[in-house]
Amino acid sequence: MKPVSALVLRAAGINCDIETEHAFHLVGAQADRVHINRLKSEPELLSKADILVIPGGFSYGDAISAGTILANELRTSLQDPLRKFVGEGKLILGICNGFQILTKAGLLPGFDLFEEPAQATVSFNASDRFEDRWVRLRIDSEKSPLARGRSFLEMPVAHAEGRFVAEDDVLAKLSAQGQIVMRYVNRDGEIDGYPSNPNGSVDNIAGICDPSGNIFGLMPHPERFVYPYHHPRWTREGLRDESDGLLLFKNAVGHALERRG
Amino acid sequence: MHERLPGPLLSSPLFLFEEAKELIWKIEVSVKTDKDDPAGRKTHRDLLAQGYSEVDDVKVTEVYLLDGDLSEEDVLSIAKRLLADPVVHEFKLTSEEQESAPASSSPGSHVLEVYGRPGVMDPFEMNIRRAVGEMGFEPRSIRTARQYTMRGELSKDRLLEIGNRVLANPVIQEIEVGKRPPRPETKVATPGRERVEIPVLKADDAALQKISLDRRLALSLPEMQTIKTHFTALSRNPTDIEIEMLAQTWSEHCIHKTLSGPIDFMGEKFSNLLGETIMKSTRDLNLPWCLSVFKDNAGVIALTDDQAVCFKVETHNHPSAIEPYGGAGTGIGGVIRDILGTGMAARPVLNTDVFCFAPPDTRPEDLPPGTLPPLQIMKGVVSGVRDYGNRMGIPTASGAIHFDERYVGNPLVYCGTVGILPCNRVEKAAHPGDAIVVVGGRTGRDGLGGATFSSYELSEESEVVSSGAVQIGNPIEEKRTLDVILQARDRDLFSCITDCGAGGLSSAVGEMGEGLGVELELNRVPLKYAGLSSVEIWLSEAQERMVLAVPEDKVEALAELILSEDVEMTVLGSFTDTGRVHLTHDGETVLDLDLEFLHDGLPRVEKKAEWNPSPAAPLTIPSPAPDAGSILKTILSHPTVASKEWVIRQYDHEVQGASVIKPLVGEEEDGPSDASVIAPILGSTIGVAVGNGLNPDYGDLDPYRMSAAAIDEALRNVTAVGADPERIALLDNFSWGSADRPQALGALVLASKACGDYATAFRTPFISGKDSLNNEYRVGDKIISIPHTLLISSIGVVPDVRKCVTMDLKGIGHHLYIAGFTRPELGGSQYAKALGITGGEVPQVDAEIAKKTFIAVHRAIQAGLIRACHDLSEGGLAVSLAEAAFAGNVGATIHLGQVPVKGFSQEPSPHEILFSESCSRFLIEVQPDLSSAFEQVFEGLPLAKLGETSLEPFVQILAPGNETILREPLIDLKEAWQATLRFS
Repeated sequence: MKPVSALVLRAAGINCDIETEHAFHLVGAQADRVHINRLKSEPELLSKADILVIPGGFSYGDAISAGTILANELRTSLQDPLRKFVGEGKLILGICNGFQILTKAGLLPGFDLFEEPAQATVSFNASDRFEDRWVRLRIDSEKSPLARGRSFLEMPVAHAEGRFVAEDDVLAKLSAQGQIVMRYVNRDGEIDGYPSNPNGSVDNIAGICDPSGNIFGLMPHPERFVYPYHHPRWTREGLRDESDGLLLFKNAVGHALERRG
Repeated sequence: MHERLPGPLLSSPLFLFEEAKELIWKIEVSVKTDKDDPAGRKTHRDLLAQGYSEVDDVKVTEVYLLDGDLSEEDVLSIAKRLLADPVVHEFKLTSEEQESAPASSSPGSHVLEVYGRPGVMDPFEMNIRRAVGEMGFEPRSIRTARQYTMRGELSKDRLLEIGNRVLANPVIQEIEVGKRPPRPETKVATPGRERVEIPVLKADDAALQKISLDRRLALSLPEMQTIKTHFTALSRNPTDIEIEMLAQTWSEHCIHKTLSGPIDFMGEKFSNLLGETIMKSTRDLNLPWCLSVFKDNAGVIALTDDQAVCFKVETHNHPSAIEPYGGAGTGIGGVIRDILGTGMAARPVLNTDVFCFAPPDTRPEDLPPGTLPPLQIMKGVVSGVRDYGNRMGIPTASGAIHFDERYVGNPLVYCGTVGILPCNRVEKAAHPGDAIVVVGGRTGRDGLGGATFSSYELSEESEVVSSGAVQIGNPIEEKRTLDVILQARDRDLFSCITDCGAGGLSSAVGEMGEGLGVELELNRVPLKYAGLSSVEIWLSEAQERMVLAVPEDKVEALAELILSEDVEMTVLGSFTDTGRVHLTHDGETVLDLDLEFLHDGLPRVEKKAEWNPSPAAPLTIPSPAPDAGSILKTILSHPTVASKEWVIRQYDHEVQGASVIKPLVGEEEDGPSDASVIAPILGSTIGVAVGNGLNPDYGDLDPYRMSAAAIDEALRNVTAVGADPERIALLDNFSWGSADRPQALGALVLASKACGDYATAFRTPFISGKDSLNNEYRVGDKIISIPHTLLISSIGVVPDVRKCVTMDLKGIGHHLYIAGFTRPELGGSQYAKALGITGGEVPQVDAEIAKKTFIAVHRAIQAGLIRACHDLSEGGLAVSLAEAAFAGNVGATIHLGQVPVKGFSQEPSPHEILFSESCSRFLIEVQPDLSSAFEQVFEGLPLAKLGETSLEPFVQILAPGNETILREPLIDLKEAWQATLRFS
């Protein structure tokens, strides 16, 4: 059987593509890093892929606001092939800048695909500055197949614009539909303020999915915790058997195989 | 409001309003009133912190100006669908017709807008243009600005002061009070090109010196005389571009004529100081893992059988003094290009940054005229490194900050980058017939004269004279360029590559053409705007450009690849075998220089160096000795020692998924790591550790020992985390006040000699270096000179990253050891500084014991015998123990009587043991069951068990005789360490 294939999107300023590709290799998938210009001229590349990943970075330098310009490009130039991709039940994963792009393109929360105006956003951190730190995440919904099998995860965040914002009615709907996949928590697994919620996200939201569960975006970086020695306290606590970030990639590949049947 | 943009080489530019034919739209995007405005809150905090307490609150609005053939409907669509976020933003749309006069808003509310000055690059403009184009619109111009609405009782003067001091940097930005109505872009108008001859043939010495001074060539009289002789033989005068190219090539910045020139050091003669000290040591060591040293943009060493690692550290001091944000950003951008231009292109995998500033709490009245407040410089520099490095996707994971009053006019900004490349792509060479290709950004007037500018002292007028030297970075342009260059390397599409740095195309093409020849048309150089003179095109230091030599038959394939990712490339000419650089502009020869004269014609003038220090005075500890706990907390809170977490967290130090030992470690991930470790070949457990050593306080007393101590510190750092002491390479970066005064040059000679001596003794070769020798600030007749500052950077190979060790104490009931001798060495120490006392001995390195100690530490780490290892540096044993304890949240008790001491003429006092800064020492935590195995590794070396770790959250220190001289709660020590540089 053909290995699961992930299309890792590149664009000017995307900068986590190589390690994201590597994470897929570690779980037995094939991954191709494809530039947005090429994807626009060859949208059929999407039909050959099982998973679309929009990695982290600063697409177009975060001009206007993070993710806005690449989101605009997806919406204007790739809307049809992406609708087809989603319609086939394939997975889209947005990490950090990818999450920002998915929300600004109206793919998340995605009550309607490519909805305008978007119903939620990822905006400037409450601290108004870039921060790199490890966070603890509590899985609050297993609607996304990527976030199954564990209650808590640790990963790093590194962003200036990671604050999830939505109106109360949107939050209620997200919650009711099980779209709030993960929240920032403190060491005791409880909802808490800064720094365990590193950016001031409403309701401590770190990642959400669309109503189908197949489109998933999160601010933390799973591709930065795929080896036990990536963990910030491994010299204290010892090398673990499993790296939390890798779980998401494993699950993605598992889901792709399941979908193929 | 529009002032002339000054610059040494700009020939009277004028700013004109262009006739507007189309409507200009202004879109103001602000945060909805019911949503939080973090930027406004932060600006308000900054204003309060700087004493503007009359401001009650601040609101920040992003402003976009669009003009072109756009209807109101078009602009509404752009605003709604692109510029304003529907969830958090609201926007207001006006056109010049709708709003004719600046509205001065409601009473008690003041509006101020910050615009980029004409000609200053706006990195966002191109990206926004792409997005607007994607929606089907083609505006003629797009500009961005920031608007601040401040509430409070503010006079107009006060408002202007806020604008010029806090919100804008007048060097690159201008402010408008009240809302500026949309209006056409101001254009930089320029006269056309003309051939200019420089009359050297008939010039006498005074006239030659005047030419050098007037054109800011930074050429000495003997150099001007050499040029005159050369052109006399040719029976013609040089053109302006010829003399500018000579000045650039012969600048201290580009050729390092002091360090590589003849020096008489009190009778001891050097014909090439660096060559006979530092480089000689590397040559003599002749280590097989050194793949390329002192010849390329960076030094290269082997990492594995097929992968190599390269490292370069640059200074970007002068631009950062005038425009900290842009200066630091382009500093990191420049050193990244150095790595991209090393061998046949290396992939950058780590950035380092080391800064020297005046203390952040310097009072405004103590600032010399023309200098920026140190805190503002620091915040600007950190933001500049953050925004450039983070956008490039390169982790910034190693660094240091040193504070001293004497950096007030000359802050130091050292930016470094590590890269990896295949071992078989280390060598490169251009060939006659190869096309000369420029890839990346366009050429404008940015940074003109940077190479020669850095050869002058700074003064009050520097801001005015040299703002042409300020460059603005566009990291996304550089990231795009990096992406395509690495693909081109892997497809073997070029034969040689180098970066455009100081001296621009002149330097890059001139260096690559050495031994060949150059034929180039200046008209082909892609420009940001029309009207540049020949000199401006050739010398521009516009960022984000790389120069490649490309075999004729590969040009097309290269172009196809590069254009496919929206990067520009242009063939400018070709390399020849004529031995000459020949440039044409509009078909006319503007430059025709002999390459040999260009590279080897510089006359060498012997400089005098001396060192006559006053004899070392003894250091006397006050009696009765002050409380050790208070001294410890004073040292921990000194900004040089204090936590840099506020800085470190703003850098993405984990991008690329290679981070193994992070800059912050420990139970709460906030302790100071000795060095960072990455595993840059994904999937391999081989690692690279990077550290640094710098201690200018020692240099005041003994530059030779300072140099040795910095090397020892850089080696300790990487050894402590697990690097192999037999596989460490070093870089030197000298920043001196002046090399013209014999005493300062004498200090430089001694520091260089120590580098050579200790690199040989440690078998740790220097592989690259850089110097910056004009760091003085003139205030009237008074000169403020920086202290002699030598930064030593180290890069070490970690055989297996899974064996790495961190500095935080790990467990209860573990044994604590000290390795290395403690000597009476408090000269230049943090202890002396804390007590305000002087004198004493500067730490001296015993390389033989040190190397053996490093090897023993490494063996013990490899054998898994060490739980924590922290080096002893500023503040000595006391600081090291405190840091290890609070980072691990583990208490500790030690007995000073156990510490191995040497060189004391009488019984050492507890303070001498506790705070001495003797080199080559480590604090080590070992599990009790491994103690005897650990001790065996250190047989014959100075090692002693000092005490144990404990559950009690205290650091406790017992003097000989078991008297407790220090007992401090971890939480108090940590707070002292964290509070100083904790900014909101």
